[in-house]
Amino acid sequence: MDFTPIFDNYQLYLSGFVVTMKLVFTALAIGLAMAVPLAIMRTSSNPLVNGPVWAFTYFFRGTPLLVQMFLLYYGLGQLQFMIDLNQQFDFLKDAYWYALLAFTLNTAAYTTEIIRGAIEGTDYGQIEAARACGMSKAQTYRRVILPSAFRRALPAYSNEVIFMLHGSAIASVITIVDLLGAARIVASKHYNPFEAFIAVGVFYFCITFALIGGFRLLENHWFAHLRPREEVAGKRKAQQPV
Amino acid sequence: MDGFDKLVEYIPLMLEGAVVTVTVAFVSLAIAVVLGLIAASMKLSKSRLSNGIATTYTTVIRGVPDLVLMLLIFFGGQIQVNNIGAYFEWDYIDVDAFTAGTLTIGFIFGAYMAETFRGAFLAVPVGLLEAGYAYGMSGWQVFARILMPQMMRHALPGIGNNWLVLMKTTALVSIIGLHDLVLNAGQAGGSTRLPFIFYLFVAFAFLVFTTVSIWGLRWAEKRYSVGVRRV
Repeated sequence: MDFTPIFDNYQLYLSGFVVTMKLVFTALAIGLAMAVPLAIMRTSSNPLVNGPVWAFTYFFRGTPLLVQMFLLYYGLGQLQFMIDLNQQFDFLKDAYWYALLAFTLNTAAYTTEIIRGAIEGTDYGQIEAARACGMSKAQTYRRVILPSAFRRALPAYSNEVIFMLHGSAIASVITIVDLLGAARIVASKHYNPFEAFIAVGVFYFCITFALIGGFRLLENHWFAHLRPREEVAGKRKAQQPV
Repeated sequence: MDGFDKLVEYIPLMLEGAVVTVTVAFVSLAIAVVLGLIAASMKLSKSRLSNGIATTYTTVIRGVPDLVLMLLIFFGGQIQVNNIGAYFEWDYIDVDAFTAGTLTIGFIFGAYMAETFRGAFLAVPVGLLEAGYAYGMSGWQVFARILMPQMMRHALPGIGNNWLVLMKTTALVSIIGLHDLVLNAGQAGGSTRLPFIFYLFVAFAFLVFTTVSIWGLRWAEKRYSVGVRRV
């Protein structure tokens, strides 16, 4: 095995890394922003509010991300309004935006269900207490329901982030030079798929475990009140960084 | 939207693709279950070596995207097989898309299944196994007669979730050129210039697979939970 072509092309891998990070974190941020109101709508007992959100999450969680991306990237071009838009806006010819849109909608759907589960897990006594204190519905959500729901959603959400990172590798299929796209270029230029893909696998592996470590820090911080008392005390005594 | 008559025209091609997709899914599931059982028993064994191997396996799989593994096995695996073949003077062995695809998906989900099975094995009370041994059953008999039927009940929800994700992962085999539902739809959509309709069809086909699977899993869970009191 010879890894020199990988090191010679490290800049290609680095620029791919930047594209992957941009795609994943933009999609996650917009997806999360969409998911909070959608999750609140999803918990509504009115079928007219809850139904469309249910259909949205059912569609995006029940179909492969690859098909969703193809549907947007190849499929939209068939529709007349997109053809008109394409002539007006040049940036729409870039595959990046279609991948971003597909990833955003996908992660929004998964995150909606994660947050919905967390909201529904709220202890009803807390809501009653908020009502009794005279809080409005919006205040109850902002002060009582959502802060605790976010905490409960964190472990599942960290899985979703990893899933999105791994799912983003398919962007290389529609000509985007992300991390995997860089590896594919190197593999076809130097005919060394084994080394090129192993190198990119190591890259993804490191990102994954850096993210998992980051989430563990967040969990330690936000779940500090749930830890057994001795453990917290012991940690303080040992002066270990959390 | 017009163009649905075109879709009807291509239904045979779509069905062929659907058969390939479903076959890939079931073959991968079989590989995943076997690998998962092996890895789970390795994780539960006292041997530090087998423990380490199984842990490395599940950790690597969780850290690397499925598509990277698939391309590695499909393109890289061919070169390695050629090298090994040249050494032993074998004939040319072709790593085709079906083999590479099912092996990769089975390999990936074997790691997830391992976690599911490990938890399920641990959920079976040791006393039941000891009773089996006390009756003079061999290790294999205890496994097949007591451990497996008991642990299935605990494993089923996890297996179900893995299966739903696995089915969607099969779409990736289209990237390495296997004529599954997604690739066939892409070709039909390209030649009719109606990609939107064909990919929408694929999406709904996957929704049907998912929905049918959920029904099937619900039935299976009911069956394996016979004799458990529900609140």
